[in-house]
Amino acid sequence: MTLHVDIEDGNAGAGSESEPESGLPGHSSRGRLEQVLKNGHFAITAELAPPDSANPQDVYARARLFEGHVDAMNATDGSGANCHMSSVAMCALLARQGHEVVMQISCRDRNRIAIQGDILGGAALGINNMLCLTGDGVQVGDHPQAKPVFDLDSLSLLEIVAGLRDKHAFASGRKLTDPPRIFLGAAENPFAPPFDFRPHRLAKKIAAGAQFIQTQYCFDLPRFTAFMQRSQDLGLLEKCFILPGVGPLASARTANWMRQHVPGVHIPDHIITRLEGAKDQKAEGRNICIEMIQQLREIEGVSGVHIMAHRQETSVVGIIQQSGVLRDRMPWTPSCETPRTKAPA
Amino acid sequence: MLSIRLWATRHARLLELTYQAVEPVIIKLHPLWKSVGYERAEKPIAKLEQLCKGLVFDCQMCGQCILSSTGMSCSMNCPKNIRNGPCGGVLQNGNCEVIPEQRCVWVEAWEGSQQMRADDAIQVVQLPLDHRLKGTSSWLRVARQTAQRHAAQRESKP
Repeated sequence: MTLHVDIEDGNAGAGSESEPESGLPGHSSRGRLEQVLKNGHFAITAELAPPDSANPQDVYARARLFEGHVDAMNATDGSGANCHMSSVAMCALLARQGHEVVMQISCRDRNRIAIQGDILGGAALGINNMLCLTGDGVQVGDHPQAKPVFDLDSLSLLEIVAGLRDKHAFASGRKLTDPPRIFLGAAENPFAPPFDFRPHRLAKKIAAGAQFIQTQYCFDLPRFTAFMQRSQDLGLLEKCFILPGVGPLASARTANWMRQHVPGVHIPDHIITRLEGAKDQKAEGRNICIEMIQQLREIEGVSGVHIMAHRQETSVVGIIQQSGVLRDRMPWTPSCETPRTKAPA
Repeated sequence: MLSIRLWATRHARLLELTYQAVEPVIIKLHPLWKSVGYERAEKPIAKLEQLCKGLVFDCQMCGQCILSSTGMSCSMNCPKNIRNGPCGGVLQNGNCEVIPEQRCVWVEAWEGSQQMRADDAIQVVQLPLDHRLKGTSSWLRVARQTAQRHAAQRESKP
């Protein structure tokens, strides 16, 4: 009976005006993701695709699929350079309901003035976690004629958010009266060249303020292990929580398409062969994902996983349950006001 | 000019030495720049800088040159203008996700940096670009800032 008893802070209704001013000692946010990670639990985050709609019910319906099984949901910011509901609005809707969210911020579409405004606004609306990304190029999305902004890159953005929070100042130096309390994340891709530079780039991101890292899809365990080993040698794993990305592949054809068309995704041949040889390719894709989560859990320095199940959101809960990595812990959910307890076995 | 740019990163060590030789000369010429007036010197020197660095590095004249931190690969040639690269979209063959037929600027940068004596300069977090400085001379700025720093040091001594 572990459940969320470790989570001392009960102020789940983020965004309410009556929240206490400070969070837990040594924590930079009032969020539950930071608490779960700092308590040493194996955390699970999942990617939530924003709807092509102005209806908040579409957002809630998507979140319900993961509710009670993940520690935080990432709302993507125009992922793949496609236009959807904004990350800040989606996160605000969910935070108001008590969900733990990670607001993704991409540098592709906004300059430093707009981004800093959104960070303050997002924090005021109860968002506890933000993830800094450079963003995909506009050419891969549905508006290739758009102007790519890239006023900042993921690293200078990290520095700016850390400055807002810790120095209580905008990038210009102008002071804030009240800083945003944010648990700060970044992305890394251990599976893209130059491989030798990737651990050093992780070091740069940590130096710029990253407290947790979510990676690109991991299908190549040896390459990931090498990355973690090198990061450990550089002394980085004590300074940062690493959540490798995982996800189910729908079929061998999808896998082939992804590795050819989605920049930065690396799928080794043996995964494709295994999918091709399976009777039910979709089920095999889920099995590969479950095994990957279990294997990643055993790697030193891995603090959780980040599940990206594009168009397979309904299979996420099954994958989490079958992997067994949560053991008897049940992530907090706003739908139950009193802490849930599991029926005694 | 792509072939020359690729040549530059392959010979990053040579270019680092060249820069180390040229930079003190530009700094030593501070009295000259001062007597001509930095503003008046700006246009011809920026033109000269653009000619030299444009030829060798495909320099985009951002005005805040960090070639010595990027293995002599001009990061302004990255389609995302990333000054702290590489992004996560680099293709498995080391090419750019936006221009797939071209090598990633930051793959070049990493290889170049490994040849240079200051091989850890690539690990310094670069601040966001000041867009006001686009088109101005980095050389003159370095000369002026170094002179100002020296003057401040002299003043602070009793």
